[in-house]
Amino acid sequence: MINIEIDGKQIQAENGATVIEAAHSAGIAIPHFCYHKKLSIAANCRMCLVQVEKAPKPLPACATPVTEGMKVHTHSEQAVKAQQGVMEFLLVNHPLDCPICDQGGECMLQDMSVGYGGGHSRYHEEKRTVLAKDIGPLVSAEEMSRCINCTRCVRFGQEIAGQMELGQAFRGEHAEIMSFVSGTVNSELSGNMIDLCPVGALTSKPFRYKARSWELSRRRSVSAHDSLGSGLAVHTKNNRVLRVLPIENEDINECWLSDRDRFAYEGLNSAERLTKPMIKQDGKWQEVEWQVALEFAANGLRHIANGAGAEQIGALATANSTLEELHLLQKLMRGIGSDNVDFRLRQSDFSGDGKQQGASWLGMSIADIGNADRLLVVGSFLRKDHPLLAARIRKAVKKGAQVSIIHSTDDDLLMQVAHKTIVAPGALVDALDKVAKGMAAKQADGIAGSLLGGERVAVLLGNFAQQHPQAAQLQALAQQIATAANGKFGFLTEAANSVGGQLVNAVPGAKGLNAAAMLATPRKAYVLLNVEPELDCANPQQAMAAMQAADLVIAMSAYKHHATEYADVLLPIAPYTETSGTFVSAEGRVQSFKGAVKPLGETRPAWKVLRVLGNLLKLDGFSQDTSEAVRDEVLKGMDVAAKLNNASPVPTQHSAPSTQHSGLQRVADVPIYYSDAVVRRSAPLQATTDGAIPLVWMHGEEMKKLGLQSGTVVKVSQGQGSVKLFAAADDKLPVGVVRLAAGHAATAALGAMFGTITVERA
Amino acid sequence: MLSQQVTTLIDKELKKYPADQRQSAVMAALRFVQDEKGWIAPEDMADIAVYLGMQQMAVFEVATFYHMYKLEPMGKHTLTVCTNLSCQLCGSGDTLDHLHKRLGIGLGETTPDGKYGIREGECMGACVDAPLLTINNRQMCGRLTPEKIDQILAELDKQ
Repeated sequence: MINIEIDGKQIQAENGATVIEAAHSAGIAIPHFCYHKKLSIAANCRMCLVQVEKAPKPLPACATPVTEGMKVHTHSEQAVKAQQGVMEFLLVNHPLDCPICDQGGECMLQDMSVGYGGGHSRYHEEKRTVLAKDIGPLVSAEEMSRCINCTRCVRFGQEIAGQMELGQAFRGEHAEIMSFVSGTVNSELSGNMIDLCPVGALTSKPFRYKARSWELSRRRSVSAHDSLGSGLAVHTKNNRVLRVLPIENEDINECWLSDRDRFAYEGLNSAERLTKPMIKQDGKWQEVEWQVALEFAANGLRHIANGAGAEQIGALATANSTLEELHLLQKLMRGIGSDNVDFRLRQSDFSGDGKQQGASWLGMSIADIGNADRLLVVGSFLRKDHPLLAARIRKAVKKGAQVSIIHSTDDDLLMQVAHKTIVAPGALVDALDKVAKGMAAKQADGIAGSLLGGERVAVLLGNFAQQHPQAAQLQALAQQIATAANGKFGFLTEAANSVGGQLVNAVPGAKGLNAAAMLATPRKAYVLLNVEPELDCANPQQAMAAMQAADLVIAMSAYKHHATEYADVLLPIAPYTETSGTFVSAEGRVQSFKGAVKPLGETRPAWKVLRVLGNLLKLDGFSQDTSEAVRDEVLKGMDVAAKLNNASPVPTQHSAPSTQHSGLQRVADVPIYYSDAVVRRSAPLQATTDGAIPLVWMHGEEMKKLGLQSGTVVKVSQGQGSVKLFAAADDKLPVGVVRLAAGHAATAALGAMFGTITVERA
Repeated sequence: MLSQQVTTLIDKELKKYPADQRQSAVMAALRFVQDEKGWIAPEDMADIAVYLGMQQMAVFEVATFYHMYKLEPMGKHTLTVCTNLSCQLCGSGDTLDHLHKRLGIGLGETTPDGKYGIREGECMGACVDAPLLTINNRQMCGRLTPEKIDQILAELDKQ
């Protein structure tokens, strides 16, 4: 520790800290623009000039390391004069358009100029103009004349997002922030540049001119779109969500937010929202009162339970439903005598059910991932499935960690990958087995060697590994590898409440049917909570067949979706901004939130709907008054940490895994902006490159075999269904594999996410 | 695609730097491309980025930062006329007038046959020879008079 004095205050600072860091930790404000605690030091705005005793001239606080006995003055005459001088220069070229600037009211430059700027300008010449840029549907760069060239956005791209999409071209007076050849910014973290921009140069395109910052109410919430549990500040006006910003939490999302979390809210205001309960009578949809719809649903369920038997009823929920909703859903099902309830809709291997000692979770804290020195990520579309975890791993790699990948696609992770094994899905178990054997044999090189050389090892199973038909074997092997490396092993759980769903036991017991079995052996009735079966299930073909054959489908959803074709009752339920609830993140963090706005139209929170259904069915234990009461019913007295356990008995002998697959195998990712119902309806996200219609990706050799070229229209078939899409070549894919996204309407006619698929010229 | 000659030159340049610092060769690489085709297109920058393992934007930053990289075709013979103070006092205006009379083009323009282009230059540090111009950034011609310019153009015409 080093003793310094700032403005007469004695301060202890870390060795190697800068003056600005020491000042901030002591609560002393130093004006700054280019400095950001999470980014490298640029020292190019000069706003943080301070007086340091014995230094001949003012020094930039952001780039001056503390030294023993240093005496700093942030408000002395010399310091203030320097700061005022810098401010005058910054304002020379900055337009005076605050009244029409979106940043007005929350602008660093505006605030600072009140403190340090003059009342009028001594500069009367022409200001420089910088032309507007179109850098995509999320970030607006319409008024680049406002840019003060702090380069925060550039450094964010290089250092956090991992790709330098913006840069500072030209020089001196002509310097401007732009993308390469007018390209768009495609990073899945691009929205953070809006927060970082200290002026109104980069602003949020969807939020532009919607409201002034002081008109907005802020409500705390939790992200429903991935399992990280990012803190959200939901900004609302007139009962409408107008934007979402991050809430800083060093242990979770730091100060960042993925674009999916930030811009998904646009889907909340979609025209497809279901606002009134509806029932189908004589093949026609009719809007009805809640009482009528609920009684219709309850009677339907009672009728099937008494007639065909309660086991003919199945309940499916998405894993981003709240803890309260999932709890009441399973309680309702078990109350009417059915054990068929599940939220693991995309999973295909359930052989590990009942064997594992606890709930699947990350196996470590999110912070632990950042501190790991060796990582093995198995079967994960890391950047797209877990954008901020990818950023954390990227940071770890920059600090010297080695990350190895075993997967079926070789997407650029924008970080240095130490070792990778890219194989077809059918060979994934073999690949992992080889690493496990390498670990046992104390192999010195390759993935095994890398892991053995680490002190803090993390083995992580991604969405693809969890959805894999041999998921249990992959889990057993990952566990074995982690144990051999003396490390931790966990799941990058798929959705916001994948862990919570397990805690409330929204999974079938010994007698019940899991998500796959419920659809493979069709039930007479289904209760759907937030589910769009053709998009959310592992096998859309099978799911839709089951829905269409069912006598009764009760669809609880925030949207009027395809359910109109097969459902009998549509119950409008509130998405996460309109209800209170709880999510349990991948690391087991229980986070409750309140509704940010009132439910739209006649929409009601799903926990209330389920409670009333329970009452109508005369079941016990449905008398909760608040969502907190529902939560406490489950969590009170529960030691959540003790419930989280990935350990499962390791099969002594691995069954010979590599079944010979004939033909092409499908590799299906769920594109980042198709992962749940809200995101699917967010127009700005859909307009990004990640929102494009899926292509049929194959290795160039496979395409040659089939006589195809990139851009050819091909007919892709699975089971009875087929779709026509464009083919594209990706030579980084393994041979024998077709990569075709699931979760998208364009591929909803196809079958399982894994398995054989045929491609032919259309 | 970068030509065989260019990649050979870049490889030679790369030997000067540590193996994990390939980006150090970016300025040289841009120069090689410019020497070969006379200017640097965005596609060339993208190719260089791939070859040196850099971000495209980082190459673009370098290429736009330095004045001597030509980002658009500027004629087979690019004449860069210094217009800074010393040259101005010694008659760079006359140089430009004479060039305009001979070639029919002004600053930032190229002759229709693509043979000549004129760019504005900054001080070349040789004010003793003012007014001056450079030919393709390589050959410096000083103490310019209309006669001397005619002589230079006559020689260039022969090439």
